[in-house]
Amino acid sequence: MTETTHRPAGQQLLGLTVNGERREVLAESRRTLVDVLRHDLGLTGTHVGCEHGICGACTVLVDGAPARACLMFAAQAEGCEIRTVEALGEGPDGRELGDLQQAFTEHHALQCGFCTPGFLMLAEGLLSERPDATKEEIREVVAANLCRCTGYQTIVEAVDACAARRRAATPTPSEEDSCS
Amino acid sequence: MSGRPGGTGRLVGTSVRRQEDPRLLTGRGRFTDDVHLPGMLYAHFVRSTVASGSVVSLDLSAVREVPGVVAAFDAADLGLGDITARLDRPAGEFVPTAMPVLARDRVRFAGEPLAVVVARDPYAAEDGTEAAKVVHDTRPAVTRDTQALAPGAPLVHDAAAANTLLDVTMFATEGIDSVFDRAHCVVDVETRTGRQNALPLETRGAVAAWDDRDRQLVLHTSTQVPHQVRTVAARCLGLDERAVRVLVPDMGGGFGLKCVVGREEIAVAAAALRLGRPVKWTEDRKEALTASFLAREQHYRVRAAFDAEGRMLGLDADIVCDMGAYSCYPFTAGIEPLMAAAEMPGVYRLPAYRARARAVTTNKAPSAPYRGVSRPQFVLVVERLFERAARELGLDPVEIRRRNLITEFPYTGVNNITYDPGSYRESLDLCERTLREEGWYAARDTAAAEGRHLGIGYACFSERTGYGSAAFAQRKMEVVPGFDLAEVRMDTSGALTVTSGTMSHGQSHETTMAQIAADELGLPLEKVRLHQGDTERVAYGWGTFASRSIAVGGSAVRRAAAELGRKLRHLAAARWGVPPDEVVLGPGAVRRADGTAELSHTELARIAYLATHLLPEGMEPGLTATASFDGVGDGTFSNATHGVVVELHEGTGQVEILRYVCVEDCGVAVNPQVVEGQCRGGIAQGIAGALFEEITYDAQGEPSATGFMDYKVPTALEIPDVTVRHLETPCAFTETGAKGAGEGGTIGAPAAVLNAVNDALRPTGVELNDIPVTPQTIAHALEQHS
Amino acid sequence: MKPAPFTYHRARDIDDATRLLSRLTDDGGDPRVLAGGQSLVAMMNYRLARPGHLIDIGRLTTLRGLRTGEDGALHIGALTTHHAVETAPDAVLAPGFTVLRDAMRWVGHLPIRTRGTVGGSLAHADATAEWCLLAVLLDAVIVAQGPAGVRHIEAGDFFHGHYTTALGPDELLTEVVFPRPAPRAALTEFAPRHGDFATVSAAVDLDVAGDGHTVRGGRVALGGVAATPVRVPAAEAVLARGGTAGPELASAVARAAAGAVDPPADAEYRRGLARTLVERAVRQAVAR
Repeated sequence: MTETTHRPAGQQLLGLTVNGERREVLAESRRTLVDVLRHDLGLTGTHVGCEHGICGACTVLVDGAPARACLMFAAQAEGCEIRTVEALGEGPDGRELGDLQQAFTEHHALQCGFCTPGFLMLAEGLLSERPDATKEEIREVVAANLCRCTGYQTIVEAVDACAARRRAATPTPSEEDSCS
Repeated sequence: MSGRPGGTGRLVGTSVRRQEDPRLLTGRGRFTDDVHLPGMLYAHFVRSTVASGSVVSLDLSAVREVPGVVAAFDAADLGLGDITARLDRPAGEFVPTAMPVLARDRVRFAGEPLAVVVARDPYAAEDGTEAAKVVHDTRPAVTRDTQALAPGAPLVHDAAAANTLLDVTMFATEGIDSVFDRAHCVVDVETRTGRQNALPLETRGAVAAWDDRDRQLVLHTSTQVPHQVRTVAARCLGLDERAVRVLVPDMGGGFGLKCVVGREEIAVAAAALRLGRPVKWTEDRKEALTASFLAREQHYRVRAAFDAEGRMLGLDADIVCDMGAYSCYPFTAGIEPLMAAAEMPGVYRLPAYRARARAVTTNKAPSAPYRGVSRPQFVLVVERLFERAARELGLDPVEIRRRNLITEFPYTGVNNITYDPGSYRESLDLCERTLREEGWYAARDTAAAEGRHLGIGYACFSERTGYGSAAFAQRKMEVVPGFDLAEVRMDTSGALTVTSGTMSHGQSHETTMAQIAADELGLPLEKVRLHQGDTERVAYGWGTFASRSIAVGGSAVRRAAAELGRKLRHLAAARWGVPPDEVVLGPGAVRRADGTAELSHTELARIAYLATHLLPEGMEPGLTATASFDGVGDGTFSNATHGVVVELHEGTGQVEILRYVCVEDCGVAVNPQVVEGQCRGGIAQGIAGALFEEITYDAQGEPSATGFMDYKVPTALEIPDVTVRHLETPCAFTETGAKGAGEGGTIGAPAAVLNAVNDALRPTGVELNDIPVTPQTIAHALEQHS
Repeated sequence: MKPAPFTYHRARDIDDATRLLSRLTDDGGDPRVLAGGQSLVAMMNYRLARPGHLIDIGRLTTLRGLRTGEDGALHIGALTTHHAVETAPDAVLAPGFTVLRDAMRWVGHLPIRTRGTVGGSLAHADATAEWCLLAVLLDAVIVAQGPAGVRHIEAGDFFHGHYTTALGPDELLTEVVFPRPAPRAALTEFAPRHGDFATVSAAVDLDVAGDGHTVRGGRVALGGVAATPVRVPAAEAVLARGGTAGPELASAVARAAAGAVDPPADAEYRRGLARTLVERAVRQAVAR
């Protein structure tokens, strides 16, 4: 058998890069990425809501793109850059709110907060790829995850406000030209 | 002192940022499944695959051989007491059900727990459950209320004849039959509402461990009612209640589903005691949909009598609630029918009323209270009746409501409930005016001319909140909720810890309760922390349900803070040698009213603990106070009107919500942004019930949904933006003037949406009274017409 | 909802994957190929799928990407994600294939599209999946590699029923080829909730004359009306008769399509949906 084969019940040593840190974990091959993040690496900010890819509470960034951590085996994530909600904060200990998190609290975009990490990672992935996303495009992407508390309106508003703030802070290409 | 804080603070009434948010936004919250204890094992349940039958044999020997499995227990192994919820009513009115923690000889719904498997990880635990050998003797399943009530139906519980757990006739006004006989107009409506799951995004879960030092079972669990879980756990396990400590970490929603005691949390506790190791159980989504608690499946046949001017003369209701296999603890299977019968007249004047309310038992997952409890259903029925009467009498549907709304308060209804002041009429007027001014009536006409289908619908309702023990006692529950306790404790640095018997699961109590206490004592918000969810910290509490927390719990917090405030005033007054009424609390410090002196809270706290020789004669050391509050009379009624505009699409049958306006009045809004959040979230759940979510059961008792593919929780593209407008009729007897705000959104939405759908369907002659309304139904109705 | 045990293999290259597939199939090991896993892992979490072996092809980067052949055909590697198609620039996804890019917004949601793959979707063969419908509509060729070598399977022969295809148990789907541009094609669908698998999906590919408004023929395909996506000859016959692109033609094609299908469940409703969606698709295709 090749070295790339891992038998059931046998534990395999996985090397994962999570929030820029190299982590190693001994896990069964059937263990999902979200279970490894939460229970083997202690990163409990990522939540489990349905384990079939619909609610999005487990959404993390895999190589910068939002993905369901319940629909990936941890073994598939070897070699990828994983980013979780724990890395979104600012300041030396990550406890200061970043601009997206700030927008969520300002707009009351969370109530129980259980779905929130998934929405934050979803929005972070969206805005890094499409900083110019319109409010309707944001709504369409926000529809990827389920929230039972807010009715979504304030989540859409928070992401939209964050996007607008980022755009305002970044000079447009024409402005850059005129400055140079 | 309603509405006016004892301190000079101005936090109540402002939308301050939530105290909860920083940890929840940085992934540093702690939910039940985040609790990790050394040596912890994981539980998974063997569940019945049939809806009804006897258990011929249950063999767990192969389970125990599965790699990773540590133990497996069935009912006989654990020998636990049953969970039995009772009403203090005669046998002819109510039959209790004994819900075993693990099923013994009989199973009553598909998903019922039979055994608990404990393993070194959740994967192995699930492997273990697959190795259980269960032999059932399958019996015919009872899956519909009409089937349950039919003569000769199989019995779900041998003691419950005709599968009826509750049968009461309330408020049979004398002469009601002749009212109907003589009425100018009688309309009737038959309505069925679908079975739903309240669906907190965090499923249920528990972590149990025995602590030898404290000689206590420590049970972390996601519950809205920590003390009730403690009571039941102690009873089932045969422990003193002192020997059980229930801890509730952050909660990912509850919506009522978690205000009843679950069997699994008790089984997990028993397993932990047996094994002497911590055991965790995290419900998976399939279990949450099929084996937790459901709600809302009701069947109404209601008549209403009107005079020629559209005044309602009588209401005659037959209410059947399908409560599934067992009564939930502590509310019982009476929760839905009793609520419906007691409160159905709602915001309307009504001279004659009769209601028969029944709870039937079927082979389905049991029902628990769910946000709104029956009110989304009976408001839908009453609002449909008004729409029908308007059509019969040729009246405008808003005008007929206006002629019937209660406008003079307090109003004591035919249902023996006294309604405190509200803005029933004003909210309807403002809601209608908003839609009119925005041009939706004109848009509806234009659409009709173009062959499109626009409809406008309203719902007017009130919501009883802040139930006290007197109001709950009328339900005749064996345990009577109502009051709540609060403690405030200022430490030597002048910072305040507030403890409350309520249990936030998304409602922002850490913010709103802190706003109340901070205002009372003149403290800045960041000096106040709320502590909830630890049965060691408060002698008893009733948790959070029935929109009680701000009205009742918040009042207790304010009373406790006021008590502490009196002590601070006396202490400062003694230091300055002035009378206490010349001392003002806050902002930020304790001051002489004439502005000539001030002391910080820290300095006063230092004296109270660390320099008690400076205390005035007779004053006890320390800065703590406790208080209780009980809801007054029949509680306090929030009210609202919802206005909805929909467009129905031919071909697909899609119901598109074009506009949603909610005019609400919950008295003083402690934090308006939080109130709006409650409205919007509630409305989303109400829309879900009107258009999207339902769990049906086939004839064998197999549920239709085991996941979100089939249970269609709506997304951001289905739920519209909602404009919330506030009116404020302060409550006269809560300490802050606040009324409850937790459930109203959910109550109004189904009726408003269904009325709008029917308005749009008007040219077709089709009238829909059942929810959820599916695209298929709409497409069919429009197709028939075209 | 934790998956049953399995043996995990990470394939190093296509040969490694097909060798493993072949050997484990022969041994009765019930292997399954793991690509994006967006359907398979969900089914495994429910234990509705419990393969003995998973062969993870995620590292086979040669299976990733879009390429236009010399004959103008578009080759899409099996591991290309829906999102890669959705965001592919014109240089990679020629304007004649815009229908593929536009159809991606119907595939689940963004976090599903970033992981889910074109090949995985075709091999999974859900009757309403967008890639299956597009393949049938546009006469795609599915390329499979197995111990016996490479096979080219016409889309029309590929789908056998719900979740069943012509793919052998030891074959790996490596590529799908869309043989010719379809500049006047469109796909639309309806589900009660956004992002779900469609109740019915419809796609059309019109043959429009150089004048931009004379329709000379075309194709119509539907999902959700049978166990596989189907072409609808009766509707195509209406297109073949030709006419001016406009509401009347759209309506006639739609009526013909609805009349020709016999959905196994909710027949009346699905026929109505078919009519509505085909009409929409024709209008969208004309508007391109």
